[in-house]
Amino acid sequence: MLLVPCPNCGPRNSADLRYGGESHARPDPATAAPLQWRGYLYLRDNPAGWLRETWYCRSGCRRWFTLERNTATNEFRDPPQPGDKRGAKA
Amino acid sequence: MTMSRLEAQPTEVIDRSTTQRFRWNGKRFSGFEGDTIASALAAAGEHVFSRSMKYHRPRGILTADYWDPNLLVQVGDDPNVRAGHRLLEAGMDVQAQNVWPSLRHDIKAANGLVSRFLTAGFYYKTFMRPQKLWPAYERVLATFAPGGKVDPDTPHRYHDKRYTHPDVVVAGAGPAGIEAALAAAAAGARVLLVEHEHAVGGHLRYAHPEPARAALSELRAALDASDVEVLTDSTVTGRYEDNWLGIVQRNHPIAVERLIKARAKVLVVAPGLIERPFVFSGNDRPGVITSGAARRLINLWGVKPGERAVVFTANSDGDAAAADLDRVGVEVAAVIDGRDGRRVSAAQGSSKALEAVLAGGTRTEADLLVVAAGWTAPTSLLNMSGDRPVYDPNAARFFPSDPPGNVLATGGLAGDGSLDELRAHGAATGQLAAERAAAVAHRYQARTARALPVTGDEPAWVADLRVPLRRTHHPELHRSDTHGMIDFSEDVGSKDLVAAAREGYDSVELAKRYTTATMGSAQGKLETVNTVAAIAEARGETIAQVGTTVWRPPYAPLTLGALAGRVFEPVRVSSIHPWHEANGVRTILAGQWIRPDHYGDPAAEVRNVRANVGLIDVTPLGKLDLRGPDIPKLLNLLYTNKWSKLPVGKVRYGMMCAEDGVVLDDGVTGRLGEDHYLMTTTSSGAAGVWEWVENWLQTERPHWRVHVTPVTTAYSSINVAGPKSRELVSRVVEGVDLSPEAFKYMEVRTATVAGVAGCFMWRIGFTGELSFELHVPAGHGMHVWEALMEAGADLGVGPFGLEGQRIMRLEKGHFIVGQDTDGLTLGPSTGLSPLIKLDKDDFAGLPELAWAADRKLPMIVAIQPDDPNVVPEEAAQIVRGDTNEILGRITSSRMSPMLGRAICLGQVEPELAAGGTKVTVLLVSGERISATVMDHHAHFDPDGERLRG
Repeated sequence: MLLVPCPNCGPRNSADLRYGGESHARPDPATAAPLQWRGYLYLRDNPAGWLRETWYCRSGCRRWFTLERNTATNEFRDPPQPGDKRGAKA
Repeated sequence: MTMSRLEAQPTEVIDRSTTQRFRWNGKRFSGFEGDTIASALAAAGEHVFSRSMKYHRPRGILTADYWDPNLLVQVGDDPNVRAGHRLLEAGMDVQAQNVWPSLRHDIKAANGLVSRFLTAGFYYKTFMRPQKLWPAYERVLATFAPGGKVDPDTPHRYHDKRYTHPDVVVAGAGPAGIEAALAAAAAGARVLLVEHEHAVGGHLRYAHPEPARAALSELRAALDASDVEVLTDSTVTGRYEDNWLGIVQRNHPIAVERLIKARAKVLVVAPGLIERPFVFSGNDRPGVITSGAARRLINLWGVKPGERAVVFTANSDGDAAAADLDRVGVEVAAVIDGRDGRRVSAAQGSSKALEAVLAGGTRTEADLLVVAAGWTAPTSLLNMSGDRPVYDPNAARFFPSDPPGNVLATGGLAGDGSLDELRAHGAATGQLAAERAAAVAHRYQARTARALPVTGDEPAWVADLRVPLRRTHHPELHRSDTHGMIDFSEDVGSKDLVAAAREGYDSVELAKRYTTATMGSAQGKLETVNTVAAIAEARGETIAQVGTTVWRPPYAPLTLGALAGRVFEPVRVSSIHPWHEANGVRTILAGQWIRPDHYGDPAAEVRNVRANVGLIDVTPLGKLDLRGPDIPKLLNLLYTNKWSKLPVGKVRYGMMCAEDGVVLDDGVTGRLGEDHYLMTTTSSGAAGVWEWVENWLQTERPHWRVHVTPVTTAYSSINVAGPKSRELVSRVVEGVDLSPEAFKYMEVRTATVAGVAGCFMWRIGFTGELSFELHVPAGHGMHVWEALMEAGADLGVGPFGLEGQRIMRLEKGHFIVGQDTDGLTLGPSTGLSPLIKLDKDDFAGLPELAWAADRKLPMIVAIQPDDPNVVPEEAAQIVRGDTNEILGRITSSRMSPMLGRAICLGQVEPELAAGGTKVTVLLVSGERISATVMDHHAHFDPDGERLRG
């Protein structure tokens, strides 16, 4: 089981968190075309390498946070812009 | 082969003063405390323990340890017990498996006569056609399935679970593993040492020479004096991400087994080496055993394994076995030295006993053939860590390649050496493990913002400067000049693998699946290398070129009991639950909640609510306390309808959709004060909606000033429903004018109820009756419930449960999210399109709902069977006429006590959604009934006069 570094609670079992999935911006609902909106809903890059993703510390601090994870090695690192919490919907 | 008990051996683990009586295939036997089932039977002269899986060949002891594929037995109701490992207990009822009608006379041994037809893929090829005969084949083949018998009436026994976070876990307590544990503990690490066998010591346990015995005593004493936690008869079964380890402890004092989940900072892998059988004609005949088996039988249990032996040895362990045999009076008739290029060719004899050994054209009469042909490196835990071990033909085994830095190998897995060299390598490994664990611990601590601040810099990641163990030359011995058995558990021979390769299954992964070699109870520990060697030989390549299978978890087979184990799922009950229990409640499990389903007669409960007044405990209803000036914006974003103008004192119903437009949840939210709201969610959606709200507030609208507190269990919630509910509530509520003019439908008040201040009360109507929902500080829930019961005695007040509520809401046609909707039900399908305000700037799911508005969607509709007495099953399909074309389904159905007829909600295709449409419902019985789609969702009181009263 992955050990996910929650910024508040420290390393926690991934089962203690909810996986929010790949981080991706929400299109403007007023102008989004169907393809664009459904890309937001269903399409993911799924790279073999560094991926920005969101987690929710459901059994700890209750914060949604963003991390980068190398999907090939499961290594974690902080996202390039700490504090930028824009992320995915679960 | 005639086995018997020797005089006392200095290394033996049996207590000859304690005799244990047991049964073997119904006959009485006895052994000593410390015996395994197999050693006790061997000492009593038994030499056939099982029949092989396919050919039902008689099988005897092969390795005399956990991995011995020939020693699976049934003990009482416990199948597939490893008799080479399981300790004897007095009173055990042990039976041979896979025998019919008996171990001695097995009719299916006739399979052996046709073995050339039972080669690889036989079952696949023979029974695949014609397909319609498969059920018949299956019934017959099932009687040939190996393994013990599972008794469905076996009593449940307790399996435990434990979580632990040691600095260092050492898998394997041989001399190197013990030294590693000691060194790590001495360096300050918290260490868990896990040993597969019943005692620590590894191969030293069955080594006779004095230096080995002295070293074992010394290591044991050091362990006893250390802080190392030692688990024997326990196995590290898997290594997962970030050193998450599964460990099965089999010797727990009260639990049958205990599954330990350990998060180790560093894992030391020290399982030693596993002796490999040699492939030659007759190599599975009883009487052919490994050198380890011979030494274990003699030195651990004082069992003389035969009278006249031939020893085929290619290493010092084989030499030691020859010495042990000679010492205890077994005549060593011949020693065939594999290092000189000599090979054993065949073990000959009757079906059940060895009589002679053929080697180099020489026939030697013997009842025992001891084989020391080399080693399998059980690299499983390294494979699970991502390492791809590399084959070294000079040493004739695999070695670790490049495991991650928090996984270290030592002992025989890492190389060869004298006992002192192995111990030194173990100690150096333990020291390194402790140092690296300290660095990992520092990193964990530094990452934990709320924890005590870490002191000092992160310790350096210490480089691996251990002096590597050398690799001793060992001849590559896999197969002689004859063919024989490779996988003893699956009855796969070298000929089968040659045939598989010839048919094109010439990669290891394919051949393994085609022949099932390595897939039996030994899980490849004995047979993987010989399998690879056979394929390499067939392909004319080397083992390194062919490569090997990837060892995956579990390291050793696990019982389902160990995995299921103890459940840590919490159970939740409301503060009023003791009252329910004292009043004949029938409960129902809803998520984690134990809830009142009914109190004996749900229909009577419904009639009482409709006629008088009833109480239901709805505490699990999700409740979120919202505070802050931006709440209307939040509600506008989460719900499909509008919330900007909700006045203080009012409540409103809302439906939530996800971003794909699918119905997510629903409930009412009330405005308690200027910047204070109480949101309710469905009971099952409570946790999910909270996460959903937090996600929006934290990630999409972090600038909004709203604070969310889950208060589901902070309040006990009681719904008072029925025409007499106003009268009842007025008797316990102070300071609120309850008249219909002053406290209207869909309004909320803060009240003192039965003397309890700080309660919320709103008028809503899931049941369709006049009703007041009270949210009472949880500590006073029981008090208020009892006060209501007492105050309403003359009004006929009674409790009702979830079933009554479900009937009443169905009479009213209210859908339940997740019951009448599913993961594809878009918002408009509920019939609540007027509540989907597409003119709002934004809300969750807006684009999808806007696009859906123009489409014809499946609809939730009320349905009544034309025969009022037939209640279709929930999930019964709605079909087109006599065809099986599905046009919808029944989502809820009950007999209505008020209407005296069956009532339903269902989802139907748009063409059937209009009121008055006739539909056909296909019942589970296969019967088709006609039913009518109704004009309104509500079957009862469609105008809602009762609840607004």
